[in-house]
Amino acid sequence: MSIAIEHVVKSFGTFRALDDVSLALPRGELVALLGPSGCGKTTLLRIVAGLESADAGRILIDGQDATGKHVRERQVGFVFQHYALFRHMSVFENIAFGLRVKPRRERPTEAEIHRRVHKLLDLVQLGWLKDRSPAQLSGGQRQRIALARALAVEPQVLLLDEPFGALDAKVRKELRRWLRRLHDELHISSVFVTHDQEEALEVADRIVLMNKGRIEQVGTPHQIYQEPATSFAYSFIGNVNTFRGKIEGAFLRVGDDLLPHFQCNFAEGEPVVGYARPHDTEIVADTQETAGVAARINRVLTSGGTSRVELVANGPERGGAKDYFEVEIGSEDLSRLALANGQRVRLKSRRLSLFRDQA
Amino acid sequence: MSGANRVLPGFGLSLGYTLAYLSLIVLIPLSAVFVKAAAMDFERFWSVVASERVVATYKLSFGMSLLAASINVVFGLLLTWAIVRYSFPGKKIVDALIDLPFALPTAVAGIALTALYAPNGWIGQILEPLGIKIAFGPYGVLVALIFIGLPFVVRTVQPILEDFDAGFEEAAASLGATRWQTVRRVVFPALLPALLTGFALAFARGVGEYGSVIFIAGNIPFVSEITPLMIITRLEEFDYQGATAIASVMLVISFVLLLVINLLQGWVARSTPRAI
Repeated sequence: MSIAIEHVVKSFGTFRALDDVSLALPRGELVALLGPSGCGKTTLLRIVAGLESADAGRILIDGQDATGKHVRERQVGFVFQHYALFRHMSVFENIAFGLRVKPRRERPTEAEIHRRVHKLLDLVQLGWLKDRSPAQLSGGQRQRIALARALAVEPQVLLLDEPFGALDAKVRKELRRWLRRLHDELHISSVFVTHDQEEALEVADRIVLMNKGRIEQVGTPHQIYQEPATSFAYSFIGNVNTFRGKIEGAFLRVGDDLLPHFQCNFAEGEPVVGYARPHDTEIVADTQETAGVAARINRVLTSGGTSRVELVANGPERGGAKDYFEVEIGSEDLSRLALANGQRVRLKSRRLSLFRDQA
Repeated sequence: MSGANRVLPGFGLSLGYTLAYLSLIVLIPLSAVFVKAAAMDFERFWSVVASERVVATYKLSFGMSLLAASINVVFGLLLTWAIVRYSFPGKKIVDALIDLPFALPTAVAGIALTALYAPNGWIGQILEPLGIKIAFGPYGVLVALIFIGLPFVVRTVQPILEDFDAGFEEAAASLGATRWQTVRRVVFPALLPALLTGFALAFARGVGEYGSVIFIAGNIPFVSEITPLMIITRLEEFDYQGATAIASVMLVISFVLLLVINLLQGWVARSTPRAI
């Protein structure tokens, strides 16, 4: 079912967790709420679920106003970071819980409950664990059981709060692929919260990037990675080289250096910050070259088809630390350049994105 | 496994210390009671411990202790819930007040309760016209035992409830459970082992209580005499054997009841896995 979030505001004391957030999510998609901790993503998810109430704004689920509805009437399945499986019940009873607490006239018969629980156990491929207690399961198994429990009540929307946050890296990776497959099978509208960009980029159909209680950008993983819309989106997603300076005609003046740019919608002398991906940054070894930011080779890391070159800025230190840059370069180009540690070079960017400098 | 291979060292030392300490503090004094009582021949023993007046005190002491502990479980849980789950002005004071029955000399508690519940006391004078007599009767015993047993329930349940993650209740609600279903099926089973412990402690304390009860009970033979009072009476008559005979019966009954409660608790704890 589709979810619409309209002008939602939420404050905790003086802290504004959500600042006029509006968002429309089409049905059937797997959506990631991505952002650094404290950006309001979990609060937003909990407001959609009805576990938290908004100070202002509306939540519509499938076009119907759900703002005043209690969580138990919203028909949302919620999966918690720490599973929240009932400890005194077996795996079977945990999954059956949502069916057993239904009002008497809606409650399925015992045989029907058995049938549905077994179907869900098959779906999460853990049928052999049905008589275990949650304490006897591994983290990944617990989260799959928690998911089966949430699906048992046939929710319209599935909401997952950092579902893989408490798992180790390998299980995380397995489980998020599994979640993707499960979603492709069930096509239930799902929203999951994560602070892990790799997770969001890999699993989601659509990413909602949040920062400081506001939405920075909504888009497909490809759009979010390739066309970051804001300064924050650039710095949060993927590796990026940052150049701060002022506009000087066709150049960006960074300290003593001039970096060519390809945008003209900034006024002369305006302070801007430029972002370039490591693979869009190039190293110029020619000592005659005057354009580009001066830097010194720090380390060359060769592994696989592409190599990474780490560089230190030549300019003065800022805030006690030198600026570091990273360049991704094909192995052939690397051998052609014949770089040596400590060698002085210049950096240019094939694709430099400029934003007004807020800092 | 041999001692040298143990991961946690000090098993021999700690077990030895435990046994020596328990023997010195608990077992030797208690066995002295049985040794002294065993000096009587059986007929005399039986005539002391099974006399009608003494049997009436067993019924009162154990009956009222069980009843008071049950009442404390219900209201102690409510109190704990209020203290843990809500914040209200004076919460810290309420929290501190709960421990007061621990600290107060029991005689002071008994006199204070008597003053309140006597027919001319603040509460007594309201209840008197309604035909309810608290002080100087069996219900006086009950009131005193509720008073002294309350902290045991609250203090055993409180840490468990404080650690109980709100996520469990949120999960139950998101699965469609009503508030009552959530409390009954999710919260209560988690608190049950702690409630049983609190019950056992409150009960044990109630059985042994002397100071506060004798002031409020009125100590009427066959009506409001407790077993500890019977023992003291025998001691005052220099009938030491009679006193130890009654004490040994009391010990056995208490031990059996506590054992049953502990077994029950163990069974509940096994069906409620803790670690997750």
